[in-house]
Amino acid sequence: MDKTTRSVSLSFLSIKNFLTVEVFRLDRIGSFLSPIILPVFFIVFWQVFAVRIDNSIVLPTVHEVLDILVKPTANLLSIGSLIRNVLVSILRVGLGYFAAVLIAIPLGLFIGYSKKVAEFIMPFVNLFRPIAPLAWVPLVLAWFGVTSIATIFQIERGSLYVLFNNIKVSMIFIIFIGAFFPILTNSIYGVKSVRKTLIDSILTLGANEKDVLLKVLLPAALPSVVTGLRIGLGVAWMCLVSAEMLPGSLAGVGYLITHAYTVARTDIVIAGMIAISFVGGLLDWIFQKIEAKFFKWQSMSK
Amino acid sequence: MDNIVEINGLSKIFVSEKKQAVQALRDVNLDIKDQEFVCLIGPSGSGKSTLLRLMEGLITPTTGTIKVMNKPLKGPIPEAAMVFQEYSLFPWRNIIDNVALGLELRKVPKNKRYEIAGKILERFGIEDFYSSFPHELSGGMKQRAAIARAIAISPQILYMDEPFGALDAFTRFKMQKGLISFWLEEKRTIVFVTHSVEEAVFLGTRVIAMSSRPGRIIGDYKIDLPYPRDRWNEEFGTYFKELMTLMNSGDIEKSMAF
Ligand SMILES: Nc1ncnc2c1ncn2[C@@H]1O[C@H](COP(=O)(O)OP(=O)(O)OP(=O)(O)O)[C@@H](O)[C@H]1O
Ligand SMILES: [Mg+2]
Repeated sequence: MDKTTRSVSLSFLSIKNFLTVEVFRLDRIGSFLSPIILPVFFIVFWQVFAVRIDNSIVLPTVHEVLDILVKPTANLLSIGSLIRNVLVSILRVGLGYFAAVLIAIPLGLFIGYSKKVAEFIMPFVNLFRPIAPLAWVPLVLAWFGVTSIATIFQIERGSLYVLFNNIKVSMIFIIFIGAFFPILTNSIYGVKSVRKTLIDSILTLGANEKDVLLKVLLPAALPSVVTGLRIGLGVAWMCLVSAEMLPGSLAGVGYLITHAYTVARTDIVIAGMIAISFVGGLLDWIFQKIEAKFFKWQSMSK
Repeated sequence: MDNIVEINGLSKIFVSEKKQAVQALRDVNLDIKDQEFVCLIGPSGSGKSTLLRLMEGLITPTTGTIKVMNKPLKGPIPEAAMVFQEYSLFPWRNIIDNVALGLELRKVPKNKRYEIAGKILERFGIEDFYSSFPHELSGGMKQRAAIARAIAISPQILYMDEPFGALDAFTRFKMQKGLISFWLEEKRTIVFVTHSVEEAVFLGTRVIAMSSRPGRIIGDYKIDLPYPRDRWNEEFGTYFKELMTLMNSGDIEKSMAF
């Protein structure tokens, strides 16, 4: 290569460098902006339409909804504040979810571990999988009616009564059904996807069955179990509104939304929906952080 | 010297989930003496891994017997350890906890097992990676850690299934030298599986050649060369040629059988 071509190719290289750096910078701004573009458009359109329509029952304006959201502690429709209703909902979901976790994880690990157990239980479990949580409503009502946790624990007065009387067994059941299958399926998958070599490895090092379970199967299945927990919580949270439409419900975001609908307060309906989205997103985000922090090895060792 | 492993009339037939039978090994007879360095060579599918897993006690023979240290084998024994062909470190454990796992299972107290594992890591030149996780290590280092883990339980017999198969030539040479010096110093029995005739002649006191369909032993050579060995030595070349010829004829036989 002679001098000129070299310097030409060098300057070409530096242009290329410059371009990639610039493009990279644009890219960074882009990746920061791109998630917000659609929501901003959406809100703008919403506001434009709302002003056009000028009927807050069909579509309230953005600021009407914001007014409710910025005062989350204000009493709405005399059924308590937004915060209070969200908390009641979280408590309900928490209980149903907790019950699902307690049963689905051990069951899933067990099914994943033993082919015999799987052959015995899976056909039965699969009978129930296609039934949407909502389809259980009539049956659940026939069984539990408006029985609440307060009835079960025989709490008859006090602030605990107010709280627990709001938590009906039927709602917990619906939420339980929603969370159960994702957790079960992922726990089974977690155990089944453990590589045979890892089990052989620990056996050659002198492990007994308990060691295999505690030192290989459980830790190897854990990331998948946590994914199941995350998805299960998402589904449980989605089942909330349907659960809170059940009779006997006098609080909760789901109830707030349906009640606001019956009194034609669309602004509260939308505020409730936003609260549901926010809490659901937050829970999911927390789980994703946990997954990323503790299970880095999983994505990197494949 | 006593036989440490005695294999008689061994065969293994796998039955797949579709109920198809594969004969992985047929009529294998093999005695291994204490402190031998045996290399098993053979083409893919000749049952090398299967033979190793049988000797380790991870699977049971279809017919035949295996005695290790004069006792019929019933499962993995504390006197034997294995390095696997596939990547086998526990990804959620850091290196020291991987290497110390065998001792952990034997209920050795934590500081004691870290001390032992630490010494082995030093010997393998990976002491800087005590607290790293497997995914942070290069392929060569991972394999060193896997060998360190097997050695940490101080086995008399070490089974190694193509431990250097995935490494580049340079790293592989280094690991081969390290393994030879370990064997010379520690007086253990090693059964080492490889695809490479050259690696087998470089390492072993004895080379067992295998062929496929069904897997069987077709040759048993004593390599009478002093360590460290020189790949350019004339006798090395003679052994190499002889084995290559045998392996190739095995291949021809196989391709004619099609
Ligand atoms: N668990 C199993 N189930 C069914 N067949 C098997 C099983 N393990 C091995 N085989 C079969 O047995 C034969 C020998 O396999 P093996 O893994 O021992 O060969 P190998 O010599 O180690 O080959 P490679 O050099 O590729 O590792 C192959 O035909 C293989 O398909
Ligand atoms: Mg193999």
